[in-house]
Amino acid sequence: MTTTENAAESPRAIAWRRRRASIAKTWHEFASQKPGLIGLICLGVTVLAALLMPVLSDESGLDVTKATGGPLNPPSAQYWLGTDIDGRSVLLMTLWGTRVSLLVGFSATLLSVLIGTLIGITAAHFGGWVSAILLRFTDFFLVLPSLVLAIALSAVMRQGIGTIIVAIGVTAWPSTARLVRAQTLTIESRPYIERAKALGGGHLHIVGKHVLPGVMPLVLANTTLVVGNSIIADATLSFLGVGDPNAVSWGAMLETALNNGAVSKGAWWNLLPPGIAIVLVVLFFTLVGRGLETVLNPRLKGQRS
Amino acid sequence: MTQTLSSPDHASSLVDPDERRGGTGTLRFVLTRIGGALASVVLVIVLGFFLFRMLPGDPVSFMIRDRPTSPQQLAELREQLGVDKPMLSQFFNYLGGLLHGDFGTSYLERRPVLDMIGERLWPTVLLVGSATVLAVAIGLWLGIRAAWKHDSFFDRAQTGIALTLWSVPQFWLGLILLVVTNGVFPSRGMHSPDAAPGFLPQTLDVLHHLILPCLTLLAVFYAQYMLIMRSSLLGEMNADYLTTARAKGLRDDLVRRRHAVPNALLPTVTLVFMQFGMVVSGAVTVEAVFSWPGLGQLVYTSLHGPDLPVLQGVFVVLAGSVVLMNLLAELLYRVLDPRVRTT
Repeated sequence: MTTTENAAESPRAIAWRRRRASIAKTWHEFASQKPGLIGLICLGVTVLAALLMPVLSDESGLDVTKATGGPLNPPSAQYWLGTDIDGRSVLLMTLWGTRVSLLVGFSATLLSVLIGTLIGITAAHFGGWVSAILLRFTDFFLVLPSLVLAIALSAVMRQGIGTIIVAIGVTAWPSTARLVRAQTLTIESRPYIERAKALGGGHLHIVGKHVLPGVMPLVLANTTLVVGNSIIADATLSFLGVGDPNAVSWGAMLETALNNGAVSKGAWWNLLPPGIAIVLVVLFFTLVGRGLETVLNPRLKGQRS
Repeated sequence: MTQTLSSPDHASSLVDPDERRGGTGTLRFVLTRIGGALASVVLVIVLGFFLFRMLPGDPVSFMIRDRPTSPQQLAELREQLGVDKPMLSQFFNYLGGLLHGDFGTSYLERRPVLDMIGERLWPTVLLVGSATVLAVAIGLWLGIRAAWKHDSFFDRAQTGIALTLWSVPQFWLGLILLVVTNGVFPSRGMHSPDAAPGFLPQTLDVLHHLILPCLTLLAVFYAQYMLIMRSSLLGEMNADYLTTARAKGLRDDLVRRRHAVPNALLPTVTLVFMQFGMVVSGAVTVEAVFSWPGLGQLVYTSLHGPDLPVLQGVFVVLAGSVVLMNLLAELLYRVLDPRVRTT
């Protein structure tokens, strides 16, 4: 870039060019780490497969009344991963289960990150008694056994995927709130915030233009890690039987396996596929999240341990 | 703009002269922490109460859904349960009951909730206690080895295993253990009906039942402690005092045992208490898998009612115990770390 070009640009264009450059730099650093990149590629394939399931396979195989196989058949040429108690293909169910898990994982994470970011920024930006109350509140939710709270929530609400999303979302935000608060405090102590205030920038301007862009990278890394936890929480809640009774999900498959005798009959093909699917998807998210964290978290930069 | 100069953060950092001298400072610290914990317990109770009142419709119509009931009986039942009164008066009744140890009556079993919780408490304490002690011991030991031989094969392998176990859902691990051991260990409950009477056979019987659930909890939690201990010790590895200790000619394991580990142990010890909430959550699912007759299984069975007073009672007890554990952690940290005491 030459100086003449700079002079012609509006401030907004300069800001965007800088942002693009920093995103490109971050991407290069991220791509240079093998685990994170592998995680991202695997995750991309998984999401794509989940989206394309209705095209790639026949949904009617999930219907109990239309099941063609015998109960608990071991893996065979026709059913690669065997059948469940109702004679449905375990492979098909596991693949379809990806959709529910990813849907709940992403939505619940979005909800919890929204709540966490809002509370974190508010607590750090306004300080004083607002901060004291919000921090007390956050600490309270941080120590609360979140699964027990989520179970309680889903017990009193209507059964369904929406309930699970809300139950996970409103219990998983405190760690995000703490992280965002710490980062906001760091950013707000910098001179350019003082400059913005001196120029008459209001709360909305400072938070929207300066704090939020600074906090976003860390929030992004944190979000990726939270998705993994949300997927495990979703599987646990469905396993405990508080999920949507009609949805095909990994947790529900395992619940059926425990309660309908697949475990006592040693039908491992009913247990391994959904469990391994959970572990793999969570692992992908963890790999990407840790990769992003090493690149984006200034505290971890340069000390890779 | 003067906001930055007179923010309360600065005001609170001006230390009270009394606090510098120790004595009253410690007392004050302990009292504020206990006050905070009490506030949290009150919040747990308030949350517990209103959470379970969000349900559309009232519990009475839910209880009688299968039986024909006259309007008069309905009204009697409402009065008996106190749900005919306004919400706030219900809340104060509930609060008064709690103070007298009355957690309400179960919808399904028509028994005091406190009795049901009392019966289920010890199995959970046994399961969670044994798993935590083992997880802490194994986790710390492995974490110390891994950090001391940083980047070695042992370190890489252990960190990899721990991270993998960490992403495994506990109930699934339990199911897999059940299938793999295939009947070597009992799959349900805490006692077998045919166990011989007498102290020793009964204890062995309980232990036999305990192994699988305990192993399941252990496998996931040790990873957490190991990773914390490892990173905590790694943070101390380049400290000057370790160089001094080595320069004195101390043997390697003495440097580790006497100098590095005690310092690295501090954050870990408190984290053990802080993680208690997660251990409790884990216990719920593991108890559901193995039908271990503890609080977690009580939650699981009450869910299918749903038996709201029981769920509410267990919620208050579990959340309350987590708050207490955190109070302990904060107080313990003060005792263990002299640096916190002097500032």
